Amino acid sequence: MLVFLLRRILQSIAVLLAMSLLVFVAVYAIGNPVDIMIPPDATEADRANTVRALGLDRPLWAQYALFLKGAVTGNLGRSFAFNVPAMELIFERMPATLELAIAAMLIGVLLGVPLGLWAGLKPDSLAGKSIMTISILGFSLPTFWVGLMLIMTFSVWLGWLPSSGRGPTTPLFGVPVSFLSVEGLRHLLMPAANLALFNLALIIRLTRAGTREAMLQDYVKFARAKGLPDRRVVGVHVLKNILIPIVTVIGLQFGSVIAFAIVTETVFAWPGMGKLIIDSINVLDRPVIVAYLLVIVALFILINLVVDLLYSVLDPRVRLAER
Amino acid sequence: MRSALSQIASLATFALVAAALALPGAVRAQELRLAMSSEPNSMDPHYHNLFSNINVSEHVFESLVKLDADSRIIPGLAESWRLVDPTTWELKLRKGVKFHDGSDLTAEDVAFSLDRPAQVPNSPGPFTLYTKQIVGKEIVDPQTIRLKTAAPYPLMLNDLTTIYIVSKKNVQGVASEDFATGKGMVGTGPFKFVAFKRGDRVELARNDAYWGGKPAWEKVTMRFIAADPTRIAALLSGDVDAIENVPTADLPKIRNNPNVSFFQKVSHRVIYFTLDQGRDQTPFVADKAGKPLDRNPFKDVRVRQAVDKAINRQAISERVMEGLSLPTANLVPAPMFGNNPALKVTPYDADGAKKLLADAGYPDGFALTIHGPNNRYVNDDQILQAVAQMLTRVGIQTKVEAMPLATFFPRANKKEFTMALVGWGAQTGEASSPLRSILATIDAEKGMGTVNYGFYSNPKMDALLAEALRTTDDGRREKLLQETVAVAVQDVGLVPIHHQFTTWATRKGFAYVPRTDERTYAWQFRPQ
Repeated sequence: MLVFLLRRILQSIAVLLAMSLLVFVAVYAIGNPVDIMIPPDATEADRANTVRALGLDRPLWAQYALFLKGAVTGNLGRSFAFNVPAMELIFERMPATLELAIAAMLIGVLLGVPLGLWAGLKPDSLAGKSIMTISILGFSLPTFWVGLMLIMTFSVWLGWLPSSGRGPTTPLFGVPVSFLSVEGLRHLLMPAANLALFNLALIIRLTRAGTREAMLQDYVKFARAKGLPDRRVVGVHVLKNILIPIVTVIGLQFGSVIAFAIVTETVFAWPGMGKLIIDSINVLDRPVIVAYLLVIVALFILINLVVDLLYSVLDPRVRLAER
Repeated sequence: MRSALSQIASLATFALVAAALALPGAVRAQELRLAMSSEPNSMDPHYHNLFSNINVSEHVFESLVKLDADSRIIPGLAESWRLVDPTTWELKLRKGVKFHDGSDLTAEDVAFSLDRPAQVPNSPGPFTLYTKQIVGKEIVDPQTIRLKTAAPYPLMLNDLTTIYIVSKKNVQGVASEDFATGKGMVGTGPFKFVAFKRGDRVELARNDAYWGGKPAWEKVTMRFIAADPTRIAALLSGDVDAIENVPTADLPKIRNNPNVSFFQKVSHRVIYFTLDQGRDQTPFVADKAGKPLDRNPFKDVRVRQAVDKAINRQAISERVMEGLSLPTANLVPAPMFGNNPALKVTPYDADGAKKLLADAGYPDGFALTIHGPNNRYVNDDQILQAVAQMLTRVGIQTKVEAMPLATFFPRANKKEFTMALVGWGAQTGEASSPLRSILATIDAEKGMGTVNYGFYSNPKMDALLAEALRTTDDGRREKLLQETVAVAVQDVGLVPIHHQFTTWATRKGFAYVPRTDERTYAWQFRPQ
């Protein structure tokens, strides 16, 4: 276990280093952020001053070395545009994105698993077929389009839900959250549903496939023969056995939901990290871009670790050291 | 990614707007909810010379001199001014003006505010451009300040429109980033600062002690919604009362919607093409077989005139811009200072263009690639496409390369392009701003030609401009500026296309006074 964790940490550091170097070089290759941010009538002297103030006059390797030096002490630099530590900007926006992602995952799991089970148990019924059709739509419709259609239907036509933005926040253990008030939930519902759509479809399909396969297994027949009620056969024996692939996917998808919340956040003007990264890319605000990607990569690594640990809990045959 | 997204998204809004049935509710009294298209990166009014920052600052802070809706100079915190001698300006402050904390506005605050832009650390775009002409300040009495310049400087008032006066007592020692918490947000403006949620909104409350006309709104919320369809949806669903920058694709629907009022105004921004006419060889021209040309065709004024004549500006305005542009041969629109009414839009003349090309030695034309941003100006990439087709029609086989502004401007500043679409907003409200930056001969030391991407250089124009910049008499200076513009435009130093219109839409029951400087001010909205 300890060896496993140590190896994981070393691998993670290598990944983070490679990623930061890549982003540094890429942003450097695109251009100089000062060209975008400074008013175009600024004089050469003003421009040179700004370049110096932001540390962009140094050679790339020196800038990177400076970044690494800061990173070791947890300082990922100050945003060029906001003049605020990049991590502060990201942590300021993170609760909004996490709230959205968790709400989306909850919708995906709480709706997806039961619907998938239903479709798997009764594949030929009308309900089973309808569920599958809807899941195909969930896979194939682009997120931004669905988002706009949701806004059109529920805000513009029906006037039931607010069209965009995040509701009022209240602090929960010091973290500002919006799901504790009715107004906040009304704001959260549409973007969360929009973000959940793809995962909902994915989880439905996985659950259905797993269920259909499991229903043919000997242990199910045996449980049936023993006279166990359906509820126990499905709820305990089947569900437990199909959970492993589902947990993997949920884990991986949680990372992507956070990373790909960008589109949903843009469409719904949700003040999360995704909106921040888009704006930062537009002005080549390198410290924020690097810090954001580092945070996302770190999240992925963490989630993978949790998934691996969960495996060994769900399936005692899996031993961590061998992986 | 963003531009592809917004393009598809704007198609989708088309459907969205078409489907909008009715806007709920009557006007909510006393509160105005605005949706802005770009967000500020700081609350510090001296931190970054950025449109979205200024848009917010203007509500809380005021400058000594202001621009009216037509970008002509009007008194602000200074009620009068005079030239004591050619290099000394004396400004009299308005009496009885109080900061939001109740303290009096004094010349001390003014001197402090004019010094501060140079002391803001890490500014990505400093305001020092507008303060560095001032070499000395003298406080005559609490209501009077004298500003000295090294040489006669007639643009002093224009420059002062950009510098916000803060309260020395409240701002001294406050770091830029702390303004976001409300520290130092003490101005004299019509609204008091309440809250700033980065990336989301700014909340303001009416300043009941304001010296000027009282705004109709007790409370103002500015939300920042960059996505065009979302901004429109927010208006149509009644979540906000007004939006800025209505996307052109949705204009017909917005105009015909009985529940929405629409406002427009010609902007101080000129959209134009730069032509590389300085280098002997220019990177993006070739013969039709693809072999680079050994000389730069744009050094010949006839080729430049051919390009000018080949562009059908009327068609661009009608088809690409949905009527929301004013074709131009000027650098600033009327009635701004320095607009030359004698300059007429070059008429579309394809045959004339072909003849000029033949005279210049290119009877078969040549091949050209034009560049421009695709997420900076209204319909920028579509203008590029339209112009490319028009040039191809007269024999200049033209390809288009449009790119996000994050890629475009760094490359443009390295002068990588031959012909590029750029825009220029005369922020200080007069024609010397574009002349100095985009047309004057490049001179880094004097700050001339900072974005002269085409290497344009005309000694006659430079001399006229220099004289205008020395002339303190307004009437004479305007004449000189008009003449300078004429010289540059007739020489095709650049190819002006149009002034774009800025647009606003409100729910029924609101009126707005649209502005040439493109800004959105809450107090200019009134319930009807």
